[in-house]
Amino acid sequence: MTSAEKNRIKDKLFGYFGLACTLFGIIMLLVFLSDIVMKGWEKVDFDFLTNYSSSRPKKAGIYPALAGTLWILGLTALIAIPIGIAAGIYFEEYAKKSKMANFLEINLANLAGVPSIIYGLLGLQIFVRSLNFGASILAGACTLALLILPIIIVSTREALKAVPDSIRQASYGMGANTWQTIWHQVLPASAGGIITGIILAISRAIGETAPLIVIGAATYITYIPEGPMDKFTVLPMQVYDWIGMPDPEFAKNAAGGIIILLLITFLLNGIAVYLRNRWQKKVKW
Amino acid sequence: MKRVLMICAIITVLTTVGIVYVLFSESFSFFQQVSLWDFLTDTKWSPISTEKHFGILPLLSGTLLTTFIAMIFAVPMGITIAIYLSEYAPKKFRYYIKPLLEILAAIPTVVYGFFALTVVTPFLQGYIPGLAGFNALSAGLVMGIMIIPMISSLSEDALYAVPKSLREGAYGMGSTRLQTSFNVILPAASSGIIVSVILAFARAVGETMIVTVAAGNMANLTADPRETVATITAFIVNMSTGDVPQNSIEYQTIFAAGVTLFVFTFLLNSISFYIKKRFQEKYD
Amino acid sequence: MEKLSIKEKKLEAINLNVFYGQKQVLKDVNIAIKANTVTAFIGPSGCGKSTFLRTFNRMNDYVEGFRKEGDIIVDGKDIYQKMIRVEELRKKIGMVFQKPNPFPKSIFENVAYGLKIQGIKNKKLIEETVEKSLKQSALWDEVKDDLKKSALSLSGGQQQRLCIARALALEPSILLMDEPASALDPISTSKIEDLIWELKQKYTIVIVTHNMQQAGRISDNTAFFYMGDLVEYDETKKIFTNPEKERTQNYITGRFG
Repeated sequence: MTSAEKNRIKDKLFGYFGLACTLFGIIMLLVFLSDIVMKGWEKVDFDFLTNYSSSRPKKAGIYPALAGTLWILGLTALIAIPIGIAAGIYFEEYAKKSKMANFLEINLANLAGVPSIIYGLLGLQIFVRSLNFGASILAGACTLALLILPIIIVSTREALKAVPDSIRQASYGMGANTWQTIWHQVLPASAGGIITGIILAISRAIGETAPLIVIGAATYITYIPEGPMDKFTVLPMQVYDWIGMPDPEFAKNAAGGIIILLLITFLLNGIAVYLRNRWQKKVKW
Repeated sequence: MKRVLMICAIITVLTTVGIVYVLFSESFSFFQQVSLWDFLTDTKWSPISTEKHFGILPLLSGTLLTTFIAMIFAVPMGITIAIYLSEYAPKKFRYYIKPLLEILAAIPTVVYGFFALTVVTPFLQGYIPGLAGFNALSAGLVMGIMIIPMISSLSEDALYAVPKSLREGAYGMGSTRLQTSFNVILPAASSGIIVSVILAFARAVGETMIVTVAAGNMANLTADPRETVATITAFIVNMSTGDVPQNSIEYQTIFAAGVTLFVFTFLLNSISFYIKKRFQEKYD
Repeated sequence: MEKLSIKEKKLEAINLNVFYGQKQVLKDVNIAIKANTVTAFIGPSGCGKSTFLRTFNRMNDYVEGFRKEGDIIVDGKDIYQKMIRVEELRKKIGMVFQKPNPFPKSIFENVAYGLKIQGIKNKKLIEETVEKSLKQSALWDEVKDDLKKSALSLSGGQQQRLCIARALALEPSILLMDEPASALDPISTSKIEDLIWELKQKYTIVIVTHNMQQAGRISDNTAFFYMGDLVEYDETKKIFTNPEKERTQNYITGRFG
C-alpha cells in the first residue's frame, strides 16, 4: 500500500470517528429524554399540574413551583432586560476604546464566567439580608437578574455589532445625533438578535437551581405567591427536593417535574432558534 | 441618555464589587478563627462535627476529580466534533446538527444530575465493581456531556476563522482533510481552542447541581473516581439547605469555600480573556 | 482660475492639516469652492481626497485619532467651532456614500427619516417632501407604486438614487458624494451622472471619484490630490487638457495611479 493510500484511509476513518462523536452527543440526548419520559410520563396530568406539594408522592404536584417559576421569570425579565440592553448599547455604541471601556470589558468577561452559585452568595448577603427582602421572589429575581445580565449584554453587543457601520454613517450624515441613530436605525436593525439573546438568557434563568437554594428559597410551599415579597419555590428546586427524597416513588414525581421544566426550556430555545434563523434570512446587507 | 446607559453599564462593575466584598468580608471573620495555613493544609473538612476541621483540600480534590473526569471525556470529543463539523460534515448536516447539540447546553443542570444518579450510575455499577451510589465518575461523565457542546461550538468558531487561503494552500499540496486539519488548521486556531477548553474547565469547576445530586456530600480526600466525594459547590448547597445561624463559623465557611471557588474561576477566566485578546490582535 | 469674492465662496479650506494619530493625511490644503458648481476630487487611493471630503460635514469626528489644524469654512462660518452643532451642519450638507447604504426599512421611511429626526410630524408635508425628493433623484417613476417595499429590495443603482433622495429631503444646499457610482453598473452610473448634472442648478456638489472620465464629464472644476497634497486645482477643462504640474499630467494620462 502506498503512503497516499494509507493517508486516504486514515482520513476516511477520522471522518467516521468524527461522525460517531457527533452522533454520540445526540444519542445521549435521546437516551436521556426517553428515560425521563418513561419514568415521568404517567405522572404528568391535570392533578400533577394543579396539586400542591405533599409528603405523599401520589398526591404531590407542582402547582406552587410552576407559579413560582412564572413569577420569577416575569420579574427577572422585568429587571434584567432594560438594564441589559441599555448596558449593551453603552458598551458597543458609546464606550469605545478608552481605559474605562477596557476595564468594563475585562470585568464583563469575568462576570460571565462567575459560577452561578457565587451569585447565590451575593444575593444572600445583599438582597436577602442587607436589603431585608428575605427569601422572597424579589430577592430571587434580583439575584437571577444579575446572573443573566452579562449574557444579555454580550448578546446585545453581538447583535449591535452585526449592524454595518454604513447604516450609522448614513444616519449621522443626515444630521441625526448618536441617540437618534441608535433608536431609529441600529436598534430596529438588531432587534432580532437582541430578542434571541434575551430569550436564551431567560431560559437559562428558569433552569437555575443553585443560587436560589443558597438564598434560602423554600422547597415546601403550600400556597401560591401573590406578590413579590412572598416566599416561593421554582420547578428545578421542586425537582431537586424530590430527587433527594428517600421514597423511590418520588423519582417519578421528579421525572414528571423535569418533563414540564424541559418543555418550557425547549419551547423558549425553539423560539430563539426560529427567530435567529428568520432574522438571518430576512436581513442581508 | 448617555448617562442613563452608563449607569446601567456600571451595574456590572457594582456586581463585581459586591461579589468581592461579600465573599471577602465574610471570609475575613472566618480566617480570624481559622488560620490560612490550616485552611490550605488540613486534610479534613468537618465544619459541623463536634471535632471541627477546616481543611479545604478534600473539597478541592472532589472538585478537581469530577472536573478532570469531565475534561478527559469532553475535550477530545468536543474538539473532534468541531473538526468534523467544520472540515468534514456536509453543510446541510451541520445546519441541522448544531442546534441539536446546543440543546444539550440548554438543559437545566439539575436534570443532568437526575440523569447521572438514576441512569448512569446504575448502568456503570453493572461493569465497575465497588462503584458507590453517589460517585465522582458518573457525575464527571455527565458533566462532560454537558460541556461537550461548549467546547465544540467555541472551537468550531476558532477553526472557522482560519483564513481559507491556508486551507487551500495545504490542499493544493495534496494534503488530505485529516492532514490539513491537524497540521495546518488546528495549530492556526490553537489559541481559540485553548480558550474554549479553559472556559469549559471553569464551567466544570463551578458546576453545582450535577455534583450535588450525583457525587454526594462527603468531604473525601481521594483520587478514586468510584468513591463518594463533595465538591466546593456541593458543600455550599448542602450547608445552605440546613439551618445555619448567621454569623456563626458554620455560616462563614460557606463564604470561605465561595472565595476559594471564586479565586479559582477568576484566574481561569482571566487567562482565557488574556489569550483571547492576544489572539484578536494577531488576526487584525 | 478666477478669484472668488468672499460672498461667492460656498466652501473653503484654509491651511488645513489633518492627522490620524501620528500619520498626516492632508498637508496644508487651501481651496475655495463656488456655489452651484460641481467640483471633482481626484487622485490615487490613499491620497486623502475622501478624508478631505468628510471634513466638510465633520464625519471624521468618529474616526479614532482624528486631529486637524487650520479652518474649514462653510457659508462664511468656521464649522469646527465649539458653538456649531454638527447635527445642524449635516442637515445643511447632504452626503452620499461609496456603497449604497439604505436603512433596512421601507423606501418611504428611508426618505422620511431626515424629517422624522427633526421632529416633523405633519404627514402631508412629509409625503410631499418624499415625493419631491424621489422625483428630484429620478427614482419616483420606478418606485411610486411600492413605497412600502423594503429599500433593500431595490437594485444597487436604485438604492444609490434612494440615498440621494434621502439626502435631498433635508433640502441641503451642498451635496458631498464619496465615489457614488463606484459600486454600480455602467447604466446606473450614467443615470447618476445625469442626475448630478441636473442637481447642479440647486446645489453645490463635491464629488470624490476614481474615474477620470467621470470627473471630466460632470465637473466644472477638478482638484488633484497626491499623498495628502493638493497638487493642482483648476477648471476641469484646463486640468484635463493643459495641466500646470507634471504630476497631474502623469496621473491624467494614466502613467501612474
